[in-house]
Amino acid sequence: MTETSERPLVEISGLCKWYGEFSALYDINMNVARGEKVVICGPSGSGKSTLIRCINQLEEHQQGTLLVDGKEVRPGMKGIEQIRRDVGMVFQSFNLFPHMTVLDNLVLGPVRNLGMSRTKARELAMGYLEKVRIAEQAGKYPPQLSGGQQQRVAIARALCMQPKIMLFDEPTSALDPEMIAGVLDVMEALARDGMTMIVVTHEMGFARRVADRVVFMDEGEIVEVATPEEFFTAPKTDRAAQFLSQLLAH
Amino acid sequence: MEQALSSARKAPPKGFDTGRMLSVFWQITKAGLVLAFLGWLIWRGIDAMDYRWQWFRVQPFFYRVIDGEIIWGPLVRGLIMTLQIASIAGVLAVLIGFVTALARMSGSFAGRIIATVYLEAIRNTPLLVQLFLVYFVLAPIIGLDRFWAGVLCLALFEGSFAAEIIRGGLRGVDRGQYEAADAVGMSTADKYRYIIIPQSLPLILPPLTGLLISTIKHSAIVSVIALAELTTQGLNLVSNTFMAFEVWFIVAGMYLALTVTLSFAVTLFEWYLNKSDR
Repeated sequence: MTETSERPLVEISGLCKWYGEFSALYDINMNVARGEKVVICGPSGSGKSTLIRCINQLEEHQQGTLLVDGKEVRPGMKGIEQIRRDVGMVFQSFNLFPHMTVLDNLVLGPVRNLGMSRTKARELAMGYLEKVRIAEQAGKYPPQLSGGQQQRVAIARALCMQPKIMLFDEPTSALDPEMIAGVLDVMEALARDGMTMIVVTHEMGFARRVADRVVFMDEGEIVEVATPEEFFTAPKTDRAAQFLSQLLAH
Repeated sequence: MEQALSSARKAPPKGFDTGRMLSVFWQITKAGLVLAFLGWLIWRGIDAMDYRWQWFRVQPFFYRVIDGEIIWGPLVRGLIMTLQIASIAGVLAVLIGFVTALARMSGSFAGRIIATVYLEAIRNTPLLVQLFLVYFVLAPIIGLDRFWAGVLCLALFEGSFAAEIIRGGLRGVDRGQYEAADAVGMSTADKYRYIIIPQSLPLILPPLTGLLISTIKHSAIVSVIALAELTTQGLNLVSNTFMAFEVWFIVAGMYLALTVTLSFAVTLFEWYLNKSDR
C-alpha cells in the first residue's frame, strides 16, 4: 500500500543522552514496526526506562533522531502533546490520579485532549474497563484498589486515548507476586489485538509468549537483538548470557 | 483457639494516670504564677503612674444610639475597613502567589527572571519603604487612590510569601503525577487545573490561611498613609481623648479576637482535611 503503512511506527537512530557527564544512552538505533511487540531487558541502570521515556519525551535526548509515526520528536518541541496522545504509557508506580474516581481517570484524557463528549468518553472508558476486567470498580478511588487493579486501570487509561503504540515501563515490578498474572494477562490480550508494544520487563515468560523481538541493553547501549527463542536459549553475547544466568538463579 | 488469640491480642486497658495528671496540673500552676506576677508588676506600675482609667467613656468609640438609630463609632468603622483591606489584599496576594509560583516553575526564562526579581525585591526591603514607594511614587503615576495604594502594597508583600507557599505545595505533588498527565498528552494548563492544583490544595491551604491572618496584622501599617482602618482610628482617638491605655488595649484586643477566631477556624479546617485524608 502507501509508504506510511509500511513505514516503522517508531524510528530511532543515533540517539544519545547524557546526565551531566554520565552517558545514559549511547548511539541507540532501533525501529519498531506497526503491530510489533518488543521486549527490552537488561540490568538496572542500563537505560531501558530512559529509552522508552525518550519516545514520549518524558526524558529529552540530546543527539540523534526519533520519529513516531513519521513525525520527528525533538526536545522542547511545541506540540509534543499531539505526539503523546498517540503514545500510551504505563508506569511502574501506576501514577493514577488519586483524587478522581477510576472512571474520571479514564474520561479526562479523551474529553480534554480528543474533544470527545462526556457520554461517549464514558462509554469508551467502560468498554476498556470491561476489557481489563475491572468495570465494577469504576466508581472507586485508586487508593481503594489493590496494586494489580490499579495497574489494570492505568492500562485502560492509556488505551482510552486510542494510542498507536503502548509503552510499558516495568509494569509488574511494583506488584505483589499474586497480582502479576492479572496484569500480564491483560497485556497479552492487548498484544493479541494487534497493539504495537514496547515493554520494559524482566518477566521472561511474558517475553517468550508475546515478544517478536527481545532487545538486550547494558550500560546505555543496545547489546543484542534477537527473537525470544534465540535470546533465551542461546544468547550471542557474554553480557546477555551473564544477565540471564543471574535472572534464572533466583 | 481463635477466642484465646483475640483476647491475648487486645490492647491493655488504659487506666487513669495520676502521675501524669499531677504533672500537667503543676505545669499549669507554674504558668499561672508567672502570669500573675507579670500582671501584678503592670498593675503596680500603672498605680504608681497615677493613671486615671476612664473605661466609662469607651462605649461611644464603638457605637452611639441617636434617635433610636445606631451610629457606628470609629473603632467599628476602622475594623470594617481593616477587614476590607485585608480581604481584598489577601485575594490579590493569592492570585499574585499562583502566577509567581507558576512563573518560577515554568520553562520560560523571562518568567523565571521576573518572578525571582519580584520575590527578592519584596523580601529584601522593609514593608514601610515599599508602602512609601507605592503611595508616593507609583500611586501618582498610575492614578491610584489611598485605599488601592494600601491594598496593592499589602498584596504585593503578602503575595511574595504566598508564592513560596504555593510553590512548595505544587512541588509536593508526586513527580509521577506530572508525568502521567504529560503522558496522556494534557496541555500545561489542563495539567495544573485538573491534576496538580487539586492535589496540592491540602498542602497549600493551611499555611495560606495562616498568611491571610498575618495580612490582617500587617494591614496596620497602612495607618501611616492615613487610611482609616483600625489602627488609624486608634491613633485618632488617642490624640483626641488622651486615653492611650484604654484605646490601645481595646485595639489590640480587637485584632487578637479577629486573628484568634480565624486561627481557630483554620485549625478546624486542617482537622477536617486530615480526617478526610484517612
